[in-house]
Amino acid sequence: MNSVRLKLQVNGETNEAVAAGYKTLLEVLREDLGLTGTKHGCELGECGACTVLLDGAPVLSCLVLAVECEGRSVQTIEGLAESWKSGPELHPLQAAFADFGGSQCGYCTPGVIMTAKALLDRNPNPTKQEIKEATAGNLCRCTGYQQIVEAVEGAAAHLRQEKTGEAR
Amino acid sequence: MKQRFDVVGKARRRVDGRAKVTGQLRYADDLSMPRMLHAKLLRSPHPHAVIEKIDLERASKHPGVHLVLTGKDFPIPFGIMPVSVDEFPLASERVRYVGDPVAAVIARDEQTAVEALGLIEVKYRELKVIENPEAGLQNPEPRIHDYGEQGNIHRNQAYEFGDVREALEKADLVFDDVFFYEGNTHLPMEQQASLAFIDGEGKLQISSSTQNPHYLHRQLARVLQVPEARIRVLATPNGGGFGGKCDPGGHEFVVSKAALVLGRPVKIGLTREEVFYIHRGRHPVLMKMKTGVTKDGKLAGMHLQTLLDGGGYGSHGPASTFYTGVLTPVTYHYPRFKFEACRVFTNKPACGPKRGHGTPQPRFGQEVQLDKIAEKLEMDPAELRLKNLTKADSLTASWLKVGTTGLRECIEKAVEMSGWKQRRGKLGKGRGLGLACSAYMCGAGVAIYWNKMPHSGVQILLDRSGSATVYCGATEIGQGSDDVLAAIVAEAFGVDTSVVRVVTGDTGITPVDLGSYSSRVTIMAGNAAVQAAERLRAQIAAVVSEALGTLPDRVVFSQGRVFAADTPGPGMTFVEAVHAAEAQLGTLSAVGSYSPPKPPGRYKGAGVGPSPAYSFSACVVEAEVDERTGWIHVPKIWIAHDIGRALNPTLARGQVIGGVYMGLGEALMEEQTFRRLPEKLSGALVHRGPSMLDYKSLTSLDMPEVEVALIEDPDPNCPYGAKEVGQGPLLPVMPAVANAIYDAVGVRIDEIPITPDKVLKALHQKSKGQPGRVGPESFPSVPYPESTFVLPPWEGGDGKETKRDAAVAVV
Repeated sequence: MNSVRLKLQVNGETNEAVAAGYKTLLEVLREDLGLTGTKHGCELGECGACTVLLDGAPVLSCLVLAVECEGRSVQTIEGLAESWKSGPELHPLQAAFADFGGSQCGYCTPGVIMTAKALLDRNPNPTKQEIKEATAGNLCRCTGYQQIVEAVEGAAAHLRQEKTGEAR
Repeated sequence: MKQRFDVVGKARRRVDGRAKVTGQLRYADDLSMPRMLHAKLLRSPHPHAVIEKIDLERASKHPGVHLVLTGKDFPIPFGIMPVSVDEFPLASERVRYVGDPVAAVIARDEQTAVEALGLIEVKYRELKVIENPEAGLQNPEPRIHDYGEQGNIHRNQAYEFGDVREALEKADLVFDDVFFYEGNTHLPMEQQASLAFIDGEGKLQISSSTQNPHYLHRQLARVLQVPEARIRVLATPNGGGFGGKCDPGGHEFVVSKAALVLGRPVKIGLTREEVFYIHRGRHPVLMKMKTGVTKDGKLAGMHLQTLLDGGGYGSHGPASTFYTGVLTPVTYHYPRFKFEACRVFTNKPACGPKRGHGTPQPRFGQEVQLDKIAEKLEMDPAELRLKNLTKADSLTASWLKVGTTGLRECIEKAVEMSGWKQRRGKLGKGRGLGLACSAYMCGAGVAIYWNKMPHSGVQILLDRSGSATVYCGATEIGQGSDDVLAAIVAEAFGVDTSVVRVVTGDTGITPVDLGSYSSRVTIMAGNAAVQAAERLRAQIAAVVSEALGTLPDRVVFSQGRVFAADTPGPGMTFVEAVHAAEAQLGTLSAVGSYSPPKPPGRYKGAGVGPSPAYSFSACVVEAEVDERTGWIHVPKIWIAHDIGRALNPTLARGQVIGGVYMGLGEALMEEQTFRRLPEKLSGALVHRGPSMLDYKSLTSLDMPEVEVALIEDPDPNCPYGAKEVGQGPLLPVMPAVANAIYDAVGVRIDEIPITPDKVLKALHQKSKGQPGRVGPESFPSVPYPESTFVLPPWEGGDGKETKRDAAVAVV
């Protein structure tokens, strides 16, 4: 087994790990860095549960080799609250998913939230259809998606309001 | 009971919501331990074969391998139902489906374990493969199991409530239809995972994604021959269950055994492909429904026959077989009812309980047939249904007690929301509306194994911070059972749910709850929680009433305060009340438990179907069908669900929409089907596509808007009146889709799923002047047994089996 030394920027911090070269980003995050917030539902790129942000773009971490991520910025669900405000306060997306019923069993939730984060970063005011298109690669078996869409809309409205508030 | 609630009925963030959105919640595969080893299973490539030899030598010597197990290490079988104990953690003599586990490797890491699996040599002798129930009936040999009714028939049941032949003969019209419902699977997002280890006292502990830790506990003790007191099962929060994690799985025994042998933590995480093989999903069911009606649209009786494709093992099959019949008369009044059901073993993954357990299939046939009846009688399908509803506090012909029912309100609401009266039949070419209804149980009246103990237990402990810790064996599978417990206890003490800590699904420290199945948790664990909380509240009230200058039953607990009903002003905080009570009484704790009422039916088999209450649903689906391509688009669904009371409307609405989603997926695309490999490759019967790419499910883009109405008429048997919501709302969706397609383009698709090719085929037939119908053409001859004959209550019956000529009245 050929192990490699990896230096990853995860949630704004430099993490070092020694892991087998064949390991995916998903495996290194979960098994070597202990970041089990990122889930997996297939490890074949079919379900979207393992979505993380790589340089701000959503990727399926089960299809990315960890060695490909050296020197790049990785963002996971664990870092989301911090990326918003320091401290234990939830990111508006997290709060909205919890409040609007966007998370039932919760297993797809981290992946959907990270996908939605990327959407709102580039489009602060998406339509329902745009939200559905952005999250179409994230399978959820519990919610029927409706409350997920409502949660993203709620979070987007909250974020826009915050931004208007800041501008004043 | 309080009339104004602090918590109940208010939309709230669920108690486990925060942990889910932060990624902090620990599912089974998120767990790891020092010195942990990893297990992998070798699975059979043959659907039916005798294992002649297994050579483990190379695998055992592979560097990094700690242990290799085979069927020889597991001489004792398991099975969720005592009448169907037919499965071994690892098969030792015979494999019965592609994917049946035959050996396990425990190694330092997953990669090493996978490598070693490839070094195990198994010599199989292939046997004739039984592909489907028809083949199973035609081929009593080779028997897939050496038990069961006869040949490859696993279960065979027949019940008749009143003389159905006579009822059909006297009816003005008789409708005779055959329907087919294809099998499908749960597809929970979380793949099953388990971690077993030996704790500091030398006892076995396993954390596992199971819906039923109590049943797993019992089965582990049985299979491993370890006393129950030396085993602790922790059900980790399930990343979705839907019935797929109800059966114990071979992997759970394997890691437990390996931990016992090696004394080290052993973990397994199944791949998605393996989850398809574990299955226990929806049974494919062929149904024949013969229904008599009067000219004015009154149902006279039904004769229902079902044939279930059971797959390779028993699983919950005996119950599933019953469920293809027993709930049929709960929605509508059938003066007489007969059902015959047969489950056949086949060489495919075992079928079992999936959301709705055995009921969606007959509901599909029943509700599509009602649509046909309404058309023939030139009645509005909604009116036909309203005319035949079961009444509140009545008995069915089969002696099920219907308590409260809100089905009339559900139908009226769905009709109103959807503009049914103004829009049906008037939407233009290719567009239509369809309506269907259903009823479902709020928990099974009988436990899976016979015992006289309660179905659910709750213990509440109050501490000096004013926090309540609630212990209950119930399992959080995503449905919100932890939130239900927290809400009920918070309501009793008049405090916020944030001061209630819920500890669930741990056989080591929580009172038994039978598990998260049959929509039983809200009602059963909820009632147990109500009892425990009320006992504890009474203790506190007795102590503080003196200081408050009132009687104990006039003490109110609300908004974090405890005060006299007549003089709310003074009072004290809940924390102060707890301190006062603890000072006088000592540590504050109480237990509660719940057993369902004794069912009225007294014939053998009357134990399947009774429930403390039934939920009801009515659904209208709008469909657009492209007549050139057969493509079906569903733009909107309206559904009204009789929930008794919504404890947390956010969650209740989520359960309804989620049920609609799963029902729509089953209606349009979800199917677990099999195909033969080419002969040169082995000819094996294999899964058509054991992956999420091949197994089609709805994405966010496919999901229509769902408008939900919760009909709330509290049921006295349920905690704060709350009935189930997890399964019922799925049931009416499939037939409503079929009926909407008929309204849109005038073709009947009498089988599920309804795919564009079937619609096109039916349209093509119709254009040639043939009946525009796709569905099964015939029902095979099934050797059903002689019916158990029971007289309906209105014919002088007493709920017991009787002789056929004992009838004293006529219909």
